[in-house]
Amino acid sequence: MSAVVRFLVRRALLTIPVLLGVATLVFSLIHLVPGDPAQAMLGDGASPQDIAELRTNLGLDRPLTAQYATFLRHAVTGDLGKSFRTGQPVTQMIAERVPATAELALAAMTVAILLALPLGIIAAVRKHTFVDHAAMTFSLAGISIPNFWLGPLLAIVFSVELGWLPVSGRGTAAHLVLPAVSLGLALSAILARMTRASLLEELGELYVRAARARGVSRSAAVLGHALRNSLIPLVTIVALQFGAVLTGAVITETIFAWPGIGRLLIQSIGFRDYPMVQGCILLIAVTYVSVNLLTDVLYGVLDPRIRLE
Amino acid sequence: MMRLGLVMVVVVVGAALFAPWLMPWDPSIQDLPNRLQGPTWQHWFGLDELGRDILARVLLGARVSLAVGVIVVGVSSLVGMAVGAVSGYYGGYIDQIIGRVMDVLMAFPGMLLAIALVAVLGPSLTNVVLALAVIGWVGYARLVRGQVLRAREFEYVVAARALGAGTVRLLVRHVMPTALPPVLVQATLGMAGAILSEAALSFLGLGVQPPTPSWGAMINGGRVHLLDAPHLTVVPGLFLAVVVLGFNFLGDGLRDAIDPKKKK
Repeated sequence: MSAVVRFLVRRALLTIPVLLGVATLVFSLIHLVPGDPAQAMLGDGASPQDIAELRTNLGLDRPLTAQYATFLRHAVTGDLGKSFRTGQPVTQMIAERVPATAELALAAMTVAILLALPLGIIAAVRKHTFVDHAAMTFSLAGISIPNFWLGPLLAIVFSVELGWLPVSGRGTAAHLVLPAVSLGLALSAILARMTRASLLEELGELYVRAARARGVSRSAAVLGHALRNSLIPLVTIVALQFGAVLTGAVITETIFAWPGIGRLLIQSIGFRDYPMVQGCILLIAVTYVSVNLLTDVLYGVLDPRIRLE
Repeated sequence: MMRLGLVMVVVVVGAALFAPWLMPWDPSIQDLPNRLQGPTWQHWFGLDELGRDILARVLLGARVSLAVGVIVVGVSSLVGMAVGAVSGYYGGYIDQIIGRVMDVLMAFPGMLLAIALVAVLGPSLTNVVLALAVIGWVGYARLVRGQVLRAREFEYVVAARALGAGTVRLLVRHVMPTALPPVLVQATLGMAGAILSEAALSFLGLGVQPPTPSWGAMINGGRVHLLDAPHLTVVPGLFLAVVVLGFNFLGDGLRDAIDPKKKK
């Protein structure tokens, strides 16, 4: 077996216990509901018969081990039960919302990368100058401004005052701008700092000085040599930040009435639709774990040193 | 920037501590005829949707935010340090088991697990603190574990062990002090994170419940009045951004201060 295949198999096997742990935690969520989950879902006015029926439908009247085994078996086959509110399969309702969240997440990450790379490069090249300090202050401010505050402010300026962009909903590319910017700004701030740090490290390497000594221009040495190498660790950072984007999407989708999984999750919490809450949480966590696995694999394939560790 | 951060934090902490004396109005008194009124000499930041003084509510909200930050960071760092020290020092099966638990908790991005926990436990300040602490300790544990793994091989630690020092004494007197500076940095940045997370949960209606003021809940409450009374959203958001920025500046400065590469 080649080193690459061994690495891929080992990394995939390591993910299985994590996924099992995630599923176990998501399964136990419904059992953390104070009192009877069926009673909580139906409210105080529910009759004992209705509560008993819902307990049976949710399988809560069965032994815990049997419930757990069924949950795992169904989860593996993509069956996450039925929504308490609509009666539709949870998987189907989530699947309908996936494109909207994926679109928002990708747009936010694109915004973040487009802002962060120039900012990080300028800060690194102009190290310890006013430009560097200004870029890094802007970056820290970006991390500190909550997206649930920035979103409404952007909506006031660009939708209400200027009338340039729609204030909510999904449809055209214009609908995507405000949610993507409000979600991507904090991410761009983190990426800009990482770009700066990573590029500074590469700029201190001998090969960059050698390139300059050979007559390569400064911009070519930065962009053609140092930046290319500094982008490798950034791949990991971007992947790790994908989780922050997914969580941020919960808030952004709520603000801009974006019909994605995050909004579905918050609406389901409001309706105490626990099967749907479990489904959304499980899907987001599994997506995050999968993206991390893919990043590790990609990183290992690109960099032989990782495979040997 | 660290000094600026320190000033921002001291001002907000001072305002929160002395809020009962600084509040110009009772934060619960309603002046319904003048609801949504903009800033005036009497009410510097205006009145909210129920005619309550926004400055008074923002000051009271600062107490809630900082209290959540201190408790979450305190509990998370203590638990994380203990778990990380045990994991790094003993290694073997204990380290493996703790490592897998941390892997599972870290498989939930950001504060998704906090949202899930508060969703099932019910919205309240106590549950917010509990949920944030449940996810918060992992970062400290990983940090301390790494430090302990390194420190346990130091010669003075090996010498202390050879002289018969017990495990608790070794960890507390010799190993843990090396982990404290990075933990302090993480705790400072963690304050910013905890305050932001509490505000986000309250914004989503999962945190502090009315009538207790919270910056996140105030921002959410002001959203429906964005057109006619934007100060309802702008003021609490500004306070929130300033205090988070202050802690971020401070944490960033502390990190630079303890980084030997930057001590030139």
